[in-house]
Formats: sequence, C-alpha cells, structure tokens
Amino acid sequence: MTQILGISGSLRRDSHNTNLLRAAAEAAGPDVELEIYDGLKEIPPYDEDDDLHPRPASVARLVDAIADADAVLFATPEYNSSIPGQLKNAIDWVSRPVATNVLRNKPVAVVGASTGAFGAVWAQAELRKVLAAVGARVLDLELPVPHAHTRFEDGALTDDEIRARLDDAIQALAGEIRARQDIHSVA
Amino acid sequence: MNAATLTIAPAGTWSLDSVHSSVDFEVSYLAGQFKGGFDEIGADLTVDADRARLEGNAKVASVDVKDENLTAHLQAPDFFDAEQYPELRFTAEDIRLDGDGQVSVAGELTIKGVTKPVTVTGTVTAPMVDPYGTERIGLNLTTKIDRTDFGVNWNNPLPNGDPSLANDVTILAELQFVKPGGETN
Repeated sequence: MTQILGISGSLRRDSHNTNLLRAAAEAAGPDVELEIYDGLKEIPPYDEDDDLHPRPASVARLVDAIADADAVLFATPEYNSSIPGQLKNAIDWVSRPVATNVLRNKPVAVVGASTGAFGAVWAQAELRKVLAAVGARVLDLELPVPHAHTRFEDGALTDDEIRARLDDAIQALAGEIRARQDIHSVA
Repeated sequence: MNAATLTIAPAGTWSLDSVHSSVDFEVSYLAGQFKGGFDEIGADLTVDADRARLEGNAKVASVDVKDENLTAHLQAPDFFDAEQYPELRFTAEDIRLDGDGQVSVAGELTIKGVTKPVTVTGTVTAPMVDPYGTERIGLNLTTKIDRTDFGVNWNNPLPNGDPSLANDVTILAELQFVKPGGETN
C-alpha cells in the first residue's frame, strides 16, 4: 500500500485546500492511502534555541508522519503572493538539519486552491522552490484551482476535471515512489 | 616517428592514482568563481598502438564544497540528484596527441542521466618513473559545458533579475595514471 501524506497550508476548518486533499484521498485508487495531516497549527515558531533534543512533540509528530509516508502532497492557498507563514514555518522545522532532513529525496507534489482567478499559482511555485531547496524530489506539475468557492458543495469537490487532475497528480507521485523503490532494490 | 601514430603514453592499461588526482568544477556565482570537486573518482586509461581510450567517473555523493548544507543541496534533485544518478561519467574513445604535450579529446559526458558529446582540451606529461619505481603520466583535461544541457537548472535571481549562477561550468580533471602493480600513494 502506497502511503501519501496530505498537508494543507490552510488551517481553517472549511479550508478549500483541505477539501482538495480530501478529494484527492477519494480520487486515489485502492492501492494508495492518503492521510491528511491535522497538526500543522500546533507547530511553534521556529527558534534555533528550541531546536533541541527532544524536539517539540508537535514537530516530532510532523517529522515522523513525513518519514513514514512514501510521498507528500501539499495543498496551499496563496497569502500575499506566497505561501502561508505557518506552512513555511513547519517546513523550516522539518528541514533541519538540511543534510539529513526527512524531506530529502521524498517525492512531493504541490496543488493549490484560491477563491481568486489564478488558483494560487504563485504560492505553488514558491512552495516548489522551498521544497526543492530542502532536497525534496519535487514533481514538475501544477494544479491551480481558481474560484475554489464554486467548486465544492458541503466540502465535496464538484469539478470532475479537477478530480481527474488530482488523480493524475497522485499517479505521478506513485510513479516517482516506484522509481525510488527500483533504485533502492537495485542498490 | 610518424605523427599519425603518436599516442599520449606508452601502450598498456593505466590506472588512476586517485590520491594525486582531482576532478573539480568552477562556475561563476554572484561576484566570483565558485569552486568544488569530487572526492571519489575513478578512471582507466587504455593506450594501444594508435589511440588512447579513457573512462572516468565521479561519485555525486562525494561532492565536496565548504558548507555541508550546500553539499546536501548539490546532491539533491535540484542539482545532481545523487539518489537517482549516483555517478558522473566521462568516456573518450579517441584521445589524440596534438604535439607539444597538447591533447584533444572528443568524448561524452554523462551528468544526471544525460549524455552529451563534449570537447575537451588538455595536456599530457611525458612518462616518468616515480621514486617507487612506478611508471606514471599526468593527464590534465578541461571542458566547458552548459549545465542546463544536462538538466542542472537551479538558479536564483539577483535583485536586478539576472541569474545568480552562470550556466557555463568549467570542469577540470587533473589525473595521474600509473601502470598497475606500482605504488599509488
């Protein structure tokens, strides 16, 4: 069973991006389990003085969840042309130390929803840049969901085209996971 | 001796003395030249009656720069992708002596799984015998490549919009070869 961790950059209960991850979990086939991470809000602000062993429990939990997953699917809104501070803060925690962090070589993909006309494309690009900088295997795909408030009913995705592209993203992640497994089984 | 039959070294199979060899790169970054290298390298040089062949490799995981975070970034998919493409490779089927110790080499370089022909220039030293009785030559090769031809595309824009890291990268291989059986360190 392929395990994908879904991380939404939006914290609010009725977040379009969290709903997008729920739709991805449903679109994923029977061989893929997509678990949505629910503890982003508990991550404290990064402070090197607090980056000691043991790390804060909320950070350790996120690090373990990423380490246990075969891949990570991020869904990000766009705040002021970039990614939400709390999402960046969480990645900053996870990225330390850079040389051994759990995102290193981890297949990741980024999607994003916004209520505006562009579907968080800048935030997705920013997030791909950040993830690449910490050493993740960032898939070259973009999935903007513009006018997000028109694409969900009671939290459920109503747009079949978006659903198909979510499935494509999941399949791309699964393909990348298999490619890594091939490398390691040869090695 | 006929120029057409000049080879770069006496015939035979030559092994790399990796301790006294280096494979480094230089690329323009910000206000100067950034330099790095690879600690784990290997090469075999085969010289027969009319030509020489070289096969060399460098382990991406051994990339050596002055900051461990940068080392990690260079090994990441953003740059060389050590996990998926653990080796850089260079092969040349025909290394020619142009005279005065100058060599020209048409070879193929493989970086990040992409193989491209590259033109290499360099020099070779006259064979010598070292204090341990081992026959030895020095082969110094240089090429300039466009890293984006090999899918190494990372950049970061300067405030004025220009890229901070150049695309042209100079690769320098300073190699000493010995006849097998001799001391190599």
